[in-house]
Amino acid sequence: MTPAIEIKQVHKRFGTLHALCGVDLEINAGEFFALLGPNGAGKTTLINIIAGLALASSGSVRVMGHDVVTGYREARRMLGVVPQELVFDPFFTVRETLVFQSGYYGLKKNNNWIDEIIHHLDLADKADTNMRLLSGGMKRRVLVAQALVHKPPVIVLDEPTAGVDVELRQALWRFIKQLNRNGHTIVLTTHYLEEAETLCNRVAMLKNGSIVVLDSVRNLISNISGHRIRLRLSPDTLPAALQLLTISHDQGYYVLAIEEYSQLGNVMTALHAAQTRILDLQILQPDLEEVFVKLMHGTENLESTSI
Amino acid sequence: MNGFLTLLYKELLRFWKVGFQTIFAPMLSALLYLLIFSHALEERVQAYPGVTYTVFLIPGLVIMAMLQNAFANSSSSLIQSTVSGNHIFMLLSPLSYQEIFTAYVLASVVRGLVVGLGICVVTLAFFELPLYSFAWVFAFALIGTALLGALGIIAGIWAEKFEQLAALQNFIVLPLTFLSGVFYTIPSLPPFWRELSYMNPFFYMVDGFRYGFFRTSDVSPYLSLGILVAWFLAVSWCTLRMLKAGYKIRK
Repeated sequence: MTPAIEIKQVHKRFGTLHALCGVDLEINAGEFFALLGPNGAGKTTLINIIAGLALASSGSVRVMGHDVVTGYREARRMLGVVPQELVFDPFFTVRETLVFQSGYYGLKKNNNWIDEIIHHLDLADKADTNMRLLSGGMKRRVLVAQALVHKPPVIVLDEPTAGVDVELRQALWRFIKQLNRNGHTIVLTTHYLEEAETLCNRVAMLKNGSIVVLDSVRNLISNISGHRIRLRLSPDTLPAALQLLTISHDQGYYVLAIEEYSQLGNVMTALHAAQTRILDLQILQPDLEEVFVKLMHGTENLESTSI
Repeated sequence: MNGFLTLLYKELLRFWKVGFQTIFAPMLSALLYLLIFSHALEERVQAYPGVTYTVFLIPGLVIMAMLQNAFANSSSSLIQSTVSGNHIFMLLSPLSYQEIFTAYVLASVVRGLVVGLGICVVTLAFFELPLYSFAWVFAFALIGTALLGALGIIAGIWAEKFEQLAALQNFIVLPLTFLSGVFYTIPSLPPFWRELSYMNPFFYMVDGFRYGFFRTSDVSPYLSLGILVAWFLAVSWCTLRMLKAGYKIRK
């Protein structure tokens, strides 16, 4: 099957800055995919190259099999992009904005679909309001609507929930999940790792213009062996036998690393022997954030940092 | 509706929605020029034999307003889009760079023609203006506004800030239009300024446009039209090259 997005050896240089250093990536049709990485890692640059808003210095990108440079018309028909910035044309209303966007793709009689997305994104009572007068959240919805106006099979969202309130964030995800169930390929960047963790099948992590890890969320998390326990003690001192397990001590809480749950017994015994009382105990699940922090702050790769 | 027509329609609607500023304001300023200069100079100057100064002035003011507005249309639309970032919606679409070029140029032409027609209609209520050949008038209106529309695209994309665009408008477009023979005939100038004026493409637009009304001109209208077509082709070639390469807009 043709991959939804196929990126081959993409380099991007801005003067002396090497923003993307030979990125290779294949995103399959129907995937829910996240592109993660700190600010400046090259996520937006990569998205811009996929969308044709930037030109790669070398390498090629295909969307549903169409090269974004030589077959740009077809490639762009296949792609809907929700940009990170809240951009809008202050001359027009919500509906005009959508009708024009639809017209750019050569779509006639698209009003039923436009009504449907207006309805789904809860924009109905703002449809004839000028873009200038909308709140940030509403503008964000219009951006999503604009990306969907030509029914693209591949949808790219660049930080769609940055600066969005909880309610809208949840509504957006519900909508995007539904699009994914209907067969759309979704690619997103986000700073909220728990979003990537709950929504996505696979993630790629970008660092300094290179993909440092590409795997399913499940594999990434299970690669972090062991568990964490969080303890509050009285008195607030840890017996010497447990010092080796300590990861952090912060605000009266100790975080300890254990290999498996059976080791809990040893911890209890040691605490008991030292006549230390447990005031609070939590077992922490490893999550994507942990993987992320390790990758971004360590120079080592994932395997060598596994405990 | 295809993509090109949508973009053209959007560009037309854009200036139409703010028509007070984009159509009536330039009409008013052209009429003020006419009022003031005709009052001050009517008795003193005769440009063409048998033509009063005011009547001589009208076609010049009309084409000047058309040119300035054609330039303002594409340049201000593009700079507003690039500064606010909403140009990406056009760039994300399958529109080709040729379609983008044509839509912006045509919108500029239409705005220029609307403003020019407006001034003509109002002045005709007060003055009698001969019309020798509508075809010549229209040809120069078309090539002039198209050329300025294309220049406006370059300016709108090149300028990163509104000041830069204003500088282009105030230090290049405005002097060139004022010094193109709108208010005087070129043969009346001292030789140095006369020679310099022949290098100014705006002169040929004014001279040719005026020929359409009076059947009198400083140079042959065929020569003027030829020079302007050459200018238009050269500027269009540059503009298309710029758009194709994504200069400043596709980073």
